[in-house]
Amino acid sequence: MLLEVRDLRVEFQTRDGVARAVDGVGYAVDAGETLAVLGESGSGKSVTAQAVMGILDTPPGRITGGRVLFQGRDLLTLKESERRRIRGAAMAMIFQDALSALNPVLTVGDQLGEMFVVHRGMSRRDARARAVELMERVRIPAAAQRVRDYPHQFSGGMRQRIMIAMALALRPALVIADEPTTALDVTVQAQVMDLLAELRREYRMGLILITHDLGVVADVADRIAVMYAGRIVESAPVHDLYRAPAHPYTRGLLDSVPRLDRRGRELNAIKGLPPNPLRVPPGCSFHPRCPMAQDVCRTDEPPLYEVPGGRGSACHFWRECLRG
Amino acid sequence: MPEQPYEPEGAIAGTGMGGAMDLGASEAVTLEGTPGGPPGRGPAARPRSLWSDAWRDLRRNPVFLLSALVICFLALISLWPSLIAPGSPLSCDLARSQDGPAPGAPFGYDGQGCNVYTRTVHGARTSVTVGLCATLGVALLGSVLGGLAGYFGGIWDALLSRLTDIFFAIPVVLGGLVLLSMVTSTTVWPVVGFMVLLGWPQISRIARGSVITVKQNDYVQAARALGASDTRILLRHIAPNAVAPVIVVATIALGTYIALEATLSYLGVGLRPPSVSWGIDISAASPFIRNAPHALLWPSGALAVTVLAFIMLGDAVRDALDPKLR
Amino acid sequence: MGRHVLRRLLQMIPVFVGATLLIFLMVNVMGDPVAGLCGERACDPATAAQLRREFGLDQPVWRQYLTYMGKVFTGDFGTAFNGQPVTELMATAFPVTVRLTVVAVLFEVVVGVTLGVVTGLRRGRPVDTAVLLATLVVISVPTFVTGLLLQLLLGIKWQWIRPSVHAGGFDELIVPGLVLASVSLAYVTRLTRTSLVENRRSDHVRTAVAKGLPRRRIVTRHLLRNSLIPVVTFIGTDIGALMGGAIVTERIFNIHGVGYQLYQGILRQNSQTVVGFVTVLVLVFLVANLLVDLLYAVLDPRIRHA
Repeated sequence: MLLEVRDLRVEFQTRDGVARAVDGVGYAVDAGETLAVLGESGSGKSVTAQAVMGILDTPPGRITGGRVLFQGRDLLTLKESERRRIRGAAMAMIFQDALSALNPVLTVGDQLGEMFVVHRGMSRRDARARAVELMERVRIPAAAQRVRDYPHQFSGGMRQRIMIAMALALRPALVIADEPTTALDVTVQAQVMDLLAELRREYRMGLILITHDLGVVADVADRIAVMYAGRIVESAPVHDLYRAPAHPYTRGLLDSVPRLDRRGRELNAIKGLPPNPLRVPPGCSFHPRCPMAQDVCRTDEPPLYEVPGGRGSACHFWRECLRG
Repeated sequence: MPEQPYEPEGAIAGTGMGGAMDLGASEAVTLEGTPGGPPGRGPAARPRSLWSDAWRDLRRNPVFLLSALVICFLALISLWPSLIAPGSPLSCDLARSQDGPAPGAPFGYDGQGCNVYTRTVHGARTSVTVGLCATLGVALLGSVLGGLAGYFGGIWDALLSRLTDIFFAIPVVLGGLVLLSMVTSTTVWPVVGFMVLLGWPQISRIARGSVITVKQNDYVQAARALGASDTRILLRHIAPNAVAPVIVVATIALGTYIALEATLSYLGVGLRPPSVSWGIDISAASPFIRNAPHALLWPSGALAVTVLAFIMLGDAVRDALDPKLR
Repeated sequence: MGRHVLRRLLQMIPVFVGATLLIFLMVNVMGDPVAGLCGERACDPATAAQLRREFGLDQPVWRQYLTYMGKVFTGDFGTAFNGQPVTELMATAFPVTVRLTVVAVLFEVVVGVTLGVVTGLRRGRPVDTAVLLATLVVISVPTFVTGLLLQLLLGIKWQWIRPSVHAGGFDELIVPGLVLASVSLAYVTRLTRTSLVENRRSDHVRTAVAKGLPRRRIVTRHLLRNSLIPVVTFIGTDIGALMGGAIVTERIFNIHGVGYQLYQGILRQNSQTVVGFVTVLVLVFLVANLLVDLLYAVLDPRIRHA
């Protein structure tokens, strides 16, 4: 296994108390595999990724438990200097908003080249040449000239390509993409996703795709992990999950997407709001919004039940849910 | 050209003194919460208004409590100085010139043989009056002009912007010297008038920016779409939401106006004797600095503590209203 | 870039005219320009009337202003109270004040920025709290009080410096420069700190961390460079303000610079000295602001390409 996250727990110290942002999350990604982590904002999907990457703001954040096994080593026990050498080189991240994620006062060439200067000890000149190659690789027109431009001089799609180029510069084994297309126009979204998928295949990287968009997931992901209130509520191969969800929350998400084959039927939005991370309900955290909730859901927290077909569901009634 | 993210406004107008005025402006107050983000900074437990949230914060803030206490004390001795300092600040006895502490005169006597304690206590009234009146005047004039310019935009806005530029180009103390040297009145009003005249552009810029930000909010657009009049939109929707930065800057400005009054009085153009003012006393004491430093130190200390209290109050209020800087 | 400069230059003109006109009006309309010309006594009416004609004071104000500005642009600033041309006073006064300002700016850059960076990187630690509190105190104590206190302590009690300045060399101007800089210095510290703290949370710094850059490189290349842009512009803008504000410092330390001459001019009601010096100060202020604008565009590519 390339990356295995086990029982990860992250807390945030806030003015109003301690918020459990990530509460025992586990997932795994193999080389060449794409895992989609799906969830609403605040579900803990980005925080998990930041903890894996080692870029969590501490404080206010704090990792209180769990293991992050990457290429056989537990990252959480490594020294910062060792983790730094892994970041960017073996494990890289693509952020949502490339305009703010890129440094506004440095040229894109400087920012791309920096990877080679720092991790590979290249001269600035060589690094610049590699930056041009990278920009060509992500299909930025006139790369040799544009390497001297600043981030704000590029269009949104081009900026995200530069972001991708920067993450893939040193051919990392694992890439975490945090909502990589959310900030883009719909037409550009597809191009950027295709590029990312293509490069992933070519470099045989593991990819963690964090998103709230079910549409993005279906085409590119191998597996899906659905997060809710800091926990994984369902995990399954992508097509199985679409065909028959084993958790009412996943079902709710699927039902709330408009689909051509269900025209004319009412959309079923999930009622209510995600819980406040400071006051997560007892029992199953989804029970106040769940149409299938029983008394047991209010008291007993469901474990991640094993579901046939290499799946998992944190619902006491996953069988009923699978049957529809 | 895009606005610079940071506009050192007061400092432009300023001298060493006026520079103090940009405390609020520089670290401008922004009132949006942090959208999204990790739950640590996410939505609070239950929806609370900006003001009640800020108040909750302030009550726990020792800096705020301390400065509020100092200000209450100042207000008290401004209203009834005789409570703690009976006797007239004007009854001086040259025979006691530069004497040290004595019964009834714990701070000693100054060069004119006046009781330093009595004069320091009575000086609070002048400082607080000038600071309060100048701040009220500046805040009213500045927010009305700036608010209207920000709301209506167009030619008036452009004119007002150029006008504020002009005022910023004149150093504050310099303007005070030129203008007030021609006045012979011994009341506080010329000084207050001067401060309003040169101070309003600072508030007007803040108010303008604030109104422009609030104006773009959807609820203002919605009110307009529902056919609300300009007056109603301005008073009911914009003013309550745009007023916070003005309050913060005005609180801090109050402190700097007190300091400015003392500076002008020190230069001989602010208040004039027989007014009782810390600036006058410091100025009068400076020739005797070798033999009677106490006559300089007590009013200086009182002045510094007063200014500090208002600036810290403003600072605390700003922090409470601005979740971003936490 | 060229158009940007041109536009800023054009915008300067109304501000220059407005500010000088304002001062001109204050001095010439509200005050009595001939009052100081007959020595200590008041002029007798006949002499006063003659002087008025001589100086063109019977003309409408706008014409007086135009005449004055016309002369100024040919280098004629009129005559000071002691019969010297105002330009001669300027030639002796400005070098001293410029030196004082240079010392003050050095303090802002060296001490202010350093303290700001130290506190910004150690937010919430004791150093941070202590420095932050100290800046508040410095901001709260008016410059003239700081000046008098330093003069009392360093000049009189401990005798490290001479309490008043004689020749106006750099060595004598260190303490006065510190006094002049004090409030701005506290602002530079706070501004640097705030800017650093804000930038530290910015997405691009997070990206730099995610790239696996060493901490040192993140701080110098990705944090400081971006954070110092507003600080640089603040200090630039402050130059004009410092020169105008030197009046108090110069009075305390008896420095014969711009502030001293202006103060004398006002005391003796010599309108030509006052208006002349203020005109030059306004010009300095405007030129400093223009330079800051250009500097800003150089430092921040987003402005340059806008």
